Amino acid sequence: MSEYSAPLPGEAGRQFYLTEEHHAKNGTLLGFWVYLMSDCLIFACLFATYGVLGRNYDGGPTGADLFELPLVALNTSLLLLSSITYGFALLQGRKGRVGSLLGWLAITGLLGAGFLGLEIYEFAHLIAEGAGPQRSAFLSSFFTLVGTHGLHVTFGIVWLVVLMVQIRMHGLIVANKRRLMCLSMFWHFLDVVWIGVFTVVYLMGVLP
Amino acid sequence: MPDHPVTESLLFGRLTWDAIPLHEPILVVTFIGVALGAAAVLGAITYFRLWGYLWREWFTSIDHKKIGIMYVVLGLIMLLRGFADALMMRTQQAIAFGESAGYLPPHHYDQIFTAHGVIMIFFVAMPLVTGLMNYVVPLQIGARDVAFPFLNNFSFWMTVVGAVLVMMSLFVGEFARTGWLAYPPLSGILNSPDVGVDYYIWALQIAGVGTLLSGVNLLVTIVKMRAPGMTMMRMPIFTWTALCTNVLIVVSFPVLTATLALLGLDRYLGTNFFTADGGGNAMMYVNLIWIWGHPEVYILVLPAFGIFSEIVPTFCRKRLFGYASMVYATVVITVLSYLVWLHHFFTMGSGASVNSFFGITTMIISIPTGAKVFNWLFTMFRGRIRFEVPMLWTMGFMVTFVIGGMTGVLLAVPPADFALHNSLFLIAHFHNVIIGGVVFGLFAGITYWFPKAFGYRLDPFWGKWSFWLWLVGFYVAFMPLYVLGLLGVTRRMNHFDDASLQIWFQIAAVGALLIAGGIACFLIQLFVSFKRREALRDHTGDPWGARTLEWSTSSPPPAYNFAFTPRVHDRDAWWQMKQLGYARPQAGFIPIHMPANTWAGIVLAGISMVMGFALIWRMWPLAILSFVAVVAVAIFHTFNYHRDYYVPADDVARCEADRTRLLASHV
Repeated sequence: MSEYSAPLPGEAGRQFYLTEEHHAKNGTLLGFWVYLMSDCLIFACLFATYGVLGRNYDGGPTGADLFELPLVALNTSLLLLSSITYGFALLQGRKGRVGSLLGWLAITGLLGAGFLGLEIYEFAHLIAEGAGPQRSAFLSSFFTLVGTHGLHVTFGIVWLVVLMVQIRMHGLIVANKRRLMCLSMFWHFLDVVWIGVFTVVYLMGVLP
Repeated sequence: MPDHPVTESLLFGRLTWDAIPLHEPILVVTFIGVALGAAAVLGAITYFRLWGYLWREWFTSIDHKKIGIMYVVLGLIMLLRGFADALMMRTQQAIAFGESAGYLPPHHYDQIFTAHGVIMIFFVAMPLVTGLMNYVVPLQIGARDVAFPFLNNFSFWMTVVGAVLVMMSLFVGEFARTGWLAYPPLSGILNSPDVGVDYYIWALQIAGVGTLLSGVNLLVTIVKMRAPGMTMMRMPIFTWTALCTNVLIVVSFPVLTATLALLGLDRYLGTNFFTADGGGNAMMYVNLIWIWGHPEVYILVLPAFGIFSEIVPTFCRKRLFGYASMVYATVVITVLSYLVWLHHFFTMGSGASVNSFFGITTMIISIPTGAKVFNWLFTMFRGRIRFEVPMLWTMGFMVTFVIGGMTGVLLAVPPADFALHNSLFLIAHFHNVIIGGVVFGLFAGITYWFPKAFGYRLDPFWGKWSFWLWLVGFYVAFMPLYVLGLLGVTRRMNHFDDASLQIWFQIAAVGALLIAGGIACFLIQLFVSFKRREALRDHTGDPWGARTLEWSTSSPPPAYNFAFTPRVHDRDAWWQMKQLGYARPQAGFIPIHMPANTWAGIVLAGISMVMGFALIWRMWPLAILSFVAVVAVAIFHTFNYHRDYYVPADDVARCEADRTRLLASHV
């Protein structure tokens, strides 16, 4: 090609490398965000499956028969509250107060555990009534969608506990701050998904 | 097998001595061969005391170059298995006419066509594509490694575990007999009560974790770690296609994970997602799996397009024609690949409007693809073409892929598809684009980048033999299938009554033998090139006169890739550096920050393999134990905060001085 055959004036001395260390931007938060979006697609598939199969009762109980909205409302408020307390934890972390950061994280974890406890109670209750995941396609997709969310919350709590130990051990070092942000995204993400579950599964499920 | 009553014990689940297929002579002979081969390899490694070296330098390595090479090795090994399946099918179909039942009973034959598809897509094409992206992308963008080096190692080993599970099914139990996408209700527990489908599910789920994480990894690498000056529109096309492919991986593999999980729930817990009763809907599965499956074929072919876009300018000594249109075409294909999935089952009966929509979107995809073909042609136009092996593969691709694309557009017409659905015409079509596009692209890429990875070129004589045998073999093997498809012959048949068809299957079998010759020549090429490596040695690091950054460093590159991070001013960064008289820096080296090796990837994957095996055979205590172990080891690994080190400036200086001496002695 002729376009570079002769160096243009002023181009001969052009720098083709950096003489000092180049720090590539840290990609952890972006990577975690991308992972969350891929996780979101798993939920999208489960929502779509619920959308297709959610009214296939096979002669069994319907959402209107089964769902107890007051219980679910309590459950929802526990989870939403835990997002707020996670936010408080981050605010304390920003001020460098490790003790109260850990305190708020503990409260967040307890709220999450409360959410899980209520969910397990609901599941056990349904199964005892004969409305288990094998009963109909509606219940298969219900248990899978809600259960997958519950599994995520479980992992979130395990992660939360591990991170609390790590913050106690090493303090708020850069790596721990990054992990705190990732867990924060994860936790809020689960909140957003739950709002979808609450609306699509429970609120719309009790409609005739 | 239905004649085996399904019994379960607590510790061993459904695994009994009956699972070892001693009654199938073909499998017993294969097993003896594999066992002897494995014993020889393991013995040789032990004899030459290579275990420590392999563990330190390869298995625990987080160097993207070594992981890339390991991916390619995995893909080539699995190619031999997948191709052995192909040969068996071609032989069976060539002889199983009328009185003759052939040599493969249906029970075995059905496993073979399933394994062939699964292995070729998931454990040949995917590892080869991922391997090339892993090796090349960080070098092309001037980075020292990927964004998450540990995850990269972990991803690789998870892919290996998937492959190992599929291989295990040969000798312990059996593989699925459902076809490569395991449609229910055939793949449901009622029709497939044995472990074949469970092998399928867990092999793909475990490998899928690896694929997804590697997709996130490369995506972040390309977005965040490009050298200063390399704007998006200065990225090499291969990096662009890698970016789009990894976007596709991230947005499509979760769908596969969810779909297989639902199928697994149907099989393990008795849920009713895809069952015929209980309100289930099998077509939901078919929709979901193709929402993953169609992007998947673009995941495979986009990097091949990228490879050709690197090779054509290099071997024509011209700048790539229509860079911007190439980028936009890639992005458009990425988006459109999501809007065509239903063309895989027009016969579902969604009605004229839905079928027309998906037929039209399918045809639209051929427009950006056509634009790419014209860009390559215009790059060649008035170029100084050198007919080296990578260029031969490229030209073979351009002819073959266009034919495959045209039969694809034909199939995109719903009325035509109703006649051709599930026929051998379809088989011919997708082999036409996958072999002509992906496989030719991968061979081109391997030949092109081999000297970068190993410091010597592949022997062109055997490379040309391999190319011509593949090309001719492909046409001989698959053109008869077009004919048979038009005659109405459906896929996956074990036996035929109509003797007039036999000649076409015999021709196809000859074609498969020619391709076998092509694969043999490729292996001979690797061996001969290794023997002749001093004659084929390249000291410059740039044997082809190429244009992108990976050729600016030595071959093979040092662990840190570049002594100094490059600064990019042009699309063809290395070409511009050469034109403007770039001089290698000789002094002023600084310490280089690098990630440290870790045992965690291979250990986690190893435990996952135990977990997968336990789940397949329903050994619940072992499954729970290994699951807890995976979580515990993963948590333990997060307590390791020291994952990096500095290469001292002196070491960099020594390494670079060696290269300076080498270059000076070979002027």
